[in-house]
Amino acid sequence: MTGWFLLLGRRRQEDTVFLLTILLFLTFSFVLHGFLTTGNIIALLRSVALLGILAVGMGIVVIGRGIDLSLVAILAISVAVFLNLLGQSYPIGIALLLALVGVIAVGALNGVLTAYAEMPAIFATLATGTFVYGLGRSQFLTQDVIYLPPGHDLFTAFGNARLASIPVEVVVFAFILVGAFLWLRFSKYGRYIYLIGDNLNAARNAGLPVRPVIVLQYVVSALLAFVAGLIMAAGIHSMNTRIVNSSLLYDVILVVVIGGIGLSGGKGGVRNLIVGTLLIGILLNGMTILDISDLYQNLIKATVLLAALIVDGVLNPRDEQTDQQGDI
Amino acid sequence: MKLSESLARLRYGLFPDHLVGEVLSKRWTDNAIPLVFLLATVIGVGTAIPDFFSLASLADASRQLGEFAIVVMGLTIVMLGGGIDLSVGATFALSAFASVAVIYIMGGPIWLALLAALATGAVVGAANGVLIGYLRLRAFLTTLVTFTILHAIYSILVVNFSAQVQLADVQTPIWDFIGDGGVAGFPISLIVAVLVAILAHVFISRSRLGWHVLAVGGSRRSAFNAGISVRRTVFMTYMISGLCSGLAGFLIGARLSGVGPGTGAGLEILALTAGVVGGNSLGGGRGSIAKGLMGAVIVLILTNGLIRLGFTSGTNQMVLGVVLALAVFLDVRWLKNRSKVLAKVYVAPVYSALPSTPSAEPDSGSPFALNDRLAETEFIGLGEIEGPEDVILDEDDNLYCGTRNGEVVRFLAPDYKQWEVFAHTGGFPLGLAFDRAGALTVCVGAMGLYSVARDRTVTRLSAETNRTPFSILDDARLRDPNDCDIAPDGRIFFTDSTTRYDAHDWALDSVESRPTGRLLVYDPRNGRTRTVLRGMSYLNGVCMAHDGQSLFLAESWACRVHRYWFDGPKAGRLDCVIAAMPGYPDNINRASDGGYWMAWLGMRTPSYDLALRKPGMRKRMTRRLPQDDWLFPNINTGGVVKFDENGAITEVLGNLGGHSHPMVTSMREHKGALYVGGILNNRIGRYRLEGADPSWTGMRSYWGEGR
Repeated sequence: MTGWFLLLGRRRQEDTVFLLTILLFLTFSFVLHGFLTTGNIIALLRSVALLGILAVGMGIVVIGRGIDLSLVAILAISVAVFLNLLGQSYPIGIALLLALVGVIAVGALNGVLTAYAEMPAIFATLATGTFVYGLGRSQFLTQDVIYLPPGHDLFTAFGNARLASIPVEVVVFAFILVGAFLWLRFSKYGRYIYLIGDNLNAARNAGLPVRPVIVLQYVVSALLAFVAGLIMAAGIHSMNTRIVNSSLLYDVILVVVIGGIGLSGGKGGVRNLIVGTLLIGILLNGMTILDISDLYQNLIKATVLLAALIVDGVLNPRDEQTDQQGDI
Repeated sequence: MKLSESLARLRYGLFPDHLVGEVLSKRWTDNAIPLVFLLATVIGVGTAIPDFFSLASLADASRQLGEFAIVVMGLTIVMLGGGIDLSVGATFALSAFASVAVIYIMGGPIWLALLAALATGAVVGAANGVLIGYLRLRAFLTTLVTFTILHAIYSILVVNFSAQVQLADVQTPIWDFIGDGGVAGFPISLIVAVLVAILAHVFISRSRLGWHVLAVGGSRRSAFNAGISVRRTVFMTYMISGLCSGLAGFLIGARLSGVGPGTGAGLEILALTAGVVGGNSLGGGRGSIAKGLMGAVIVLILTNGLIRLGFTSGTNQMVLGVVLALAVFLDVRWLKNRSKVLAKVYVAPVYSALPSTPSAEPDSGSPFALNDRLAETEFIGLGEIEGPEDVILDEDDNLYCGTRNGEVVRFLAPDYKQWEVFAHTGGFPLGLAFDRAGALTVCVGAMGLYSVARDRTVTRLSAETNRTPFSILDDARLRDPNDCDIAPDGRIFFTDSTTRYDAHDWALDSVESRPTGRLLVYDPRNGRTRTVLRGMSYLNGVCMAHDGQSLFLAESWACRVHRYWFDGPKAGRLDCVIAAMPGYPDNINRASDGGYWMAWLGMRTPSYDLALRKPGMRKRMTRRLPQDDWLFPNINTGGVVKFDENGAITEVLGNLGGHSHPMVTSMREHKGALYVGGILNNRIGRYRLEGADPSWTGMRSYWGEGR
């Protein structure tokens, strides 16, 4: 009985979640009027794409036994600063370059703090997230919402582009998924991330460049946050820095945990991210169609996340004897 | 003496190098960084804002501080237990709403409002506690999620009920007094916070449950293996944190006379920063309520200061982020490197010149000349015991010794083939002595002075002596009780060889050669222990002279033997009977011919004698080389010597090849044979003494012919 249960829990979590996703999809299709329409499906995919791109970034870090709580702050501030630079009539190339440099610097800072200063990832990224928001908001930006200045048709056109009627963000998301899959599965550094996440000391003893790889994973996640932010801004022509206080970060963690990427690292992959993203996307879309207010949506999402954590905790219990000290 | 040596002697004799290591080994040094930070914050903000510390300004700030400090103390207790609670802000807000709802919507009494707030906190704390303590979920993520759930509930409640609260026309003077009033100028919230602080401090530092919290935080696995209910303890910490947040919520509810959407927003980051900045270790075990309070003051001064300085929104977060990162960074580094630094700087050598001595070389004609007579010993318990530092025989000829496993082992007469564990004391049983009633008195290394009665019950006689005023190390504790002997009146004289090193690091004391050994006396009549002599260089063996009024004392690293009169006409006098020897003396015991046997645990070497005169060299050695490469005294060749009342050497027994007894730490004469023990040996040796009184026993010598 236990063996079967473990099989279900450890090997097949993404299958279970996938099954759940299909069930939810079918239920919503039958029950909810206007769920199974082309327009809604496209809207669903669009909203999911953004969450999914962030989840890929978070997923890579979590596989490497880290966590990136600065993701949304990077997204908001980098793009807001980028838009602000455009507003000060910088050419788009220069603005993009400057923003990119900033994003890479923050990602590297996260990596250096966790890998070299050996701070716990949650605190390091919590601190940088708070710092980045505070720095951007107080030093670079004068208001909460930064609008795209007129005259950047290329940028807006990008936001409205369609590839065979598929919105551009979905295409980008698909590209990122394929890229992440190939990178994690076949590249040297992708494999290193798994090894480091599985057992950092063993990886170090085996001669892996543990610290640079950890820095790399945070840089990658910061870059993905920037990409997600750009897509968001291209769609709505602005960036509201108050998104930092929203539940977006929890949604991203939710996707990763629900998808079955263990928080203890070394496990999971792109498949988990896809099923996690789909499940949460369908759930959010369904709740929106049901006209559940944001407040209650947050409550429901958080409760689902808690349930997911409890199930994860029951299926993969932590042992008093093997618990890592300070692993909170 | 050469000038350079005189200078070295002055330099290392006068300058207290050892204090650096002693201060670093104290837990209170953890407070140094937060304290410096606090002073810097106070000075920085105080100079930037001239009237920041004016009375009016302080009164307002202290009201805030009260609520904030209570939340931080709850979080501190959770952190001490190895967890973290990010739901404090939301709990705080929800509890505030609960109390406000009781007052303004239900029109209930104050006590009900307080109860509602506390109950809210308790429910949240219990939920967190069950999830993290019993289901063992990850504290950070779990409380992050409970935070979002609570925050969502709070937002829904505020949207639905805030109008009702604002429109309510309820006059409650006590409620307003709690919010705005104070006693003798101190706001209620601050007074409550002080009370909570005292309670929490006593709980953490003085109660069994508090120690359990620290144990679980310090090492979850060890706490679990020691039988502490880890899950219940963790549960309790979250419960306490919930209650603290609830109490603070009640106070803010009273202060604001209502709640808004922003109540408690960002509080978790502030409280977390306060906890870490104060110096409470992430991952638990290290920290205190005082540190939490210090952190709370720092963070509050900092954030209030920034607001007063009129910075734009966001600056606060920026500074907070930097402070949080810096605090966590320092915490991680401090924790990682403190023990390394301590290990490097703790050994603080002093100058020590051993007087020249007659040679111990075989056939050199000196009274100390070694021979190979101990090679003839027969072995007892070969390979079956580890580390018989001392050996002793009772009136039925049974042989006793301690082992490094913390046991007193008894070999049964007459052939000593069979043995049994006589008693388990723990620690490392070293010196042994029989008292008049036949109970075995044992000096247990790292623990204290113990007694094992004939029925094998183990009693602790003494584990501490009087503390020296102003000593940094706690020298009341017995660190290395080494040998004991018993006066005719029953008083037990025993040695504590060093106050600087633990028993297993005894050889390090030689590298340092700082004389910190002590002679102590335990008086069974009143159960007290008193320090008789101090400042001896690894005071080791102690033996009651045949006159019953004086003691022979061996100073290992000084290679000297003293005679100390504790009774009789010469009471209080200390004479040096052997001023120089080629070996490091260990235990001393009576011989049948009226003399005394003394063990040499090792022999002096010219190189080490020179090193002892070069404290700077030894200091550099301990700082720069791994311990395996250090120069240590030779403890691989020892022997036994016999001396008479005047300190003249009458007999030497050695083992040149080192096959039988390379080192000797103890020996007992019993019925014409000498039983030899060594702390690094795996055997006891028996050597037939030619011409010794075949009926002489230690028991009779001490306690009369009847035994």
